[in-house]
Amino acid sequence: MNRRSASILVFSTEKISDPAIDMAGLLKLHYPPTVYTISVPCSSGIKPRWILHAYNKGFDGVFIAADGSDCTFGESCTEKTGNIVSKTHEIMKEKKLDPARLRMAAICSVCSESFVKQIKSFNEYLLKTIKS
Amino acid sequence: MKKKLGVYICHCGGNISDYIDVEKVRAAIENEEGVFLAKTTMFACSDATQKEMVQDIETNDLDGLVVASCSPKLHLITFRAVTERAQLNKYNYVHANIREQGSWAHSDDKEGATEKAVQLVKAAVAKVRLSKSLEPIKIPSKKAVVIIGAGIAGMRAAIELAHMGCPVTLIERDHFTGGRVAQWDILFTSDQTGREIVSRLYNEINNSKNITLLTGAEVISNKGSIGNFRLQVKIKPRYIKDHFDDDKLKKVIAVCPVEVPDEYNFNVTNRKAIYQNPGQYPKYPVIDIKNCTRCGECEKVCDNIDFSLKEEVIEVEAGSILVATGFDPYIPQDGEFGYNEIDNVITLPQFKRLIDLCHNDLLFNGKAIKSIAYIYCVGSRQSEGENKYCSRYCCTSAIHTSIQVKKNFKNVKNFHFTRGIRTYGKQELLYYESQKDGDIYLQSYEENPLMVSTENGKICVKINDILTGNREISVEPDLVVLVTGIVPRSDTSISQIFKLPGGRDRFFNEIHPKLRPVETVIDGITIAGTCQGPKNVTESLNSGLSAATKSFSLVNKGELELEPIIAEIDKNKCTWCGECEKACPFDAIRMVKQGDKDVAAINNSVCKGCGMCLPVCPVNAINLISYSDKEIESMIDSLAGKG
Repeated sequence: MNRRSASILVFSTEKISDPAIDMAGLLKLHYPPTVYTISVPCSSGIKPRWILHAYNKGFDGVFIAADGSDCTFGESCTEKTGNIVSKTHEIMKEKKLDPARLRMAAICSVCSESFVKQIKSFNEYLLKTIKS
Repeated sequence: MKKKLGVYICHCGGNISDYIDVEKVRAAIENEEGVFLAKTTMFACSDATQKEMVQDIETNDLDGLVVASCSPKLHLITFRAVTERAQLNKYNYVHANIREQGSWAHSDDKEGATEKAVQLVKAAVAKVRLSKSLEPIKIPSKKAVVIIGAGIAGMRAAIELAHMGCPVTLIERDHFTGGRVAQWDILFTSDQTGREIVSRLYNEINNSKNITLLTGAEVISNKGSIGNFRLQVKIKPRYIKDHFDDDKLKKVIAVCPVEVPDEYNFNVTNRKAIYQNPGQYPKYPVIDIKNCTRCGECEKVCDNIDFSLKEEVIEVEAGSILVATGFDPYIPQDGEFGYNEIDNVITLPQFKRLIDLCHNDLLFNGKAIKSIAYIYCVGSRQSEGENKYCSRYCCTSAIHTSIQVKKNFKNVKNFHFTRGIRTYGKQELLYYESQKDGDIYLQSYEENPLMVSTENGKICVKINDILTGNREISVEPDLVVLVTGIVPRSDTSISQIFKLPGGRDRFFNEIHPKLRPVETVIDGITIAGTCQGPKNVTESLNSGLSAATKSFSLVNKGELELEPIIAEIDKNKCTWCGECEKACPFDAIRMVKQGDKDVAAINNSVCKGCGMCLPVCPVNAINLISYSDKEIESMIDSLAGKG
């Protein structure tokens, strides 16, 4: 793959991880511009079909910036988001897609540096592994 | 599907257009399906542009609006209000964040940032094409505010809220109110003492039926959110029962054998394990249980001591939280301008307490002080490290203190070693008075800092003074005062409990310093005083008033408008398996009969719109309003450049 950066779709959450991603910009913590964010209310409401749709449309990777234990909707969010990722990984295997192209990390509202670190590492992985 | 959309792309001064070619973005999206007009604007949030948008919507009968600008946290409400003024339902507005997630995040790659902005605006257009008119959901909001921190900002905010008829719980971790200001003597510009200001605020709080003051109290957890915060508060006992008079207190203090550094005097004196600071309220002593040896001497002379008192944890509910947790004074590192290595080098807060404690003669370490060197910007405006900011209050405070020293004690000389004086506004009068009074001002640049050393047992301060053409000038003062700045609290528990983000300076971050100066990204939480950044007393009081008004606006009506984002069941697809019912944390889903078929039904008043039921449905019969498959997938198509 002869590209500077991979295309990554980020599912972020309005109350928790969005502020962290915004603050990364405020702090001028740079990450590849081919990283696009779609905000949802809670990471445990992301449908596997949306993730698969992103691969079908050409995204190299999907990153779920999960609420983690800070979720305002309840403690079960972490487990449920984990279940979505596991379920999607299974489907990806069936479709011969590398499951590592879907990553999840809990990004709280102050985790700007963590977000950028995760994205940079994911970008590096995708650039190394995906052939155009 | 919407067919007449208006799209506005903001320059944000140059915040966006310095890195993103906004004209190129406009040209790239103007022919998108449904786009009727596409414009760029210098400031989308300006009154003039808002009026233009209203006019455009009304004149052209637009059915959807997109603004590509800063984070929706800042201006989503602004532009929704624009649509409402133009009689367009506000849920037909979609925001594209091309500043925080565009120009600022990719300021190192203008071409990449522009390309990303194009895709983000196209995705917003794709979403608004499918948007529907909706009505907000209303939920009850508890008409009460919790204020964390009873320094002057928190106290002033509490009084303001109480005046507006709002119940307030004022929580102070320390056993006394007033914060730092309670430690100060005469202040500029009013000539009142800090203790007088605190005393007046405390009396007002004490007389207010709407304020519950909890001292020695610490927030340990939060379970709620805007409208219904539920805090657990741990209250530490004073180990004192009932009030007792000053004579009794003096006796108890006299018999206590423990001596520890006194934080109230910034450790220039010691205090006992039982103590009550002058001018701090409530006027009620406390036993420092960490340092108390339980020797029993106090109990022998006073029957008000009660070591059986226990910590308790209570629950407090509120619709909004106002955080006013203050600052820590900067503590210089060992050896920084001789601190802790050369005798008679102290900080400005220590010096201010010293002046208050000395009466006829200014003495330190038993020696009369006749000449003082003030070294400015210690811990502020640092070229290296985290404290790059100006602490704002310290130039004025140092000059004011130096004037007070001359007024209180005879034959004292002041030498000010500055990096440029910042006595802004009316405070400039003090600078003028100090110069007129004969104080000497010397200045250096940060790359050529002054040196503090000892020569023949005397302190020597050497500077290459830029005001006299870089002449090397030495002064041998009796005392060096390091004019230290302010730093964020080292205790980050409040930040962790509420997940309140800090800025580059590590103080709590407001959404926008001018447009939303006391709101945070955590809905329902406002900030005031120096927990937000360096401020003087007046500025802290003003921010307390501002935060009080904002918090009040969130709880005043007794109800809050929430997004009408709830789940919807496609009853034709649903075959009732019960998975959605199990996934819902709010019991908002139940089984109902539709003809002879069992299907799921949403209780709209209970559904919170989390979407946890969506991915568990095996037949994909559930969608979330505004986050339907069609909307999300059309956004993905646009972001992937396949829309």
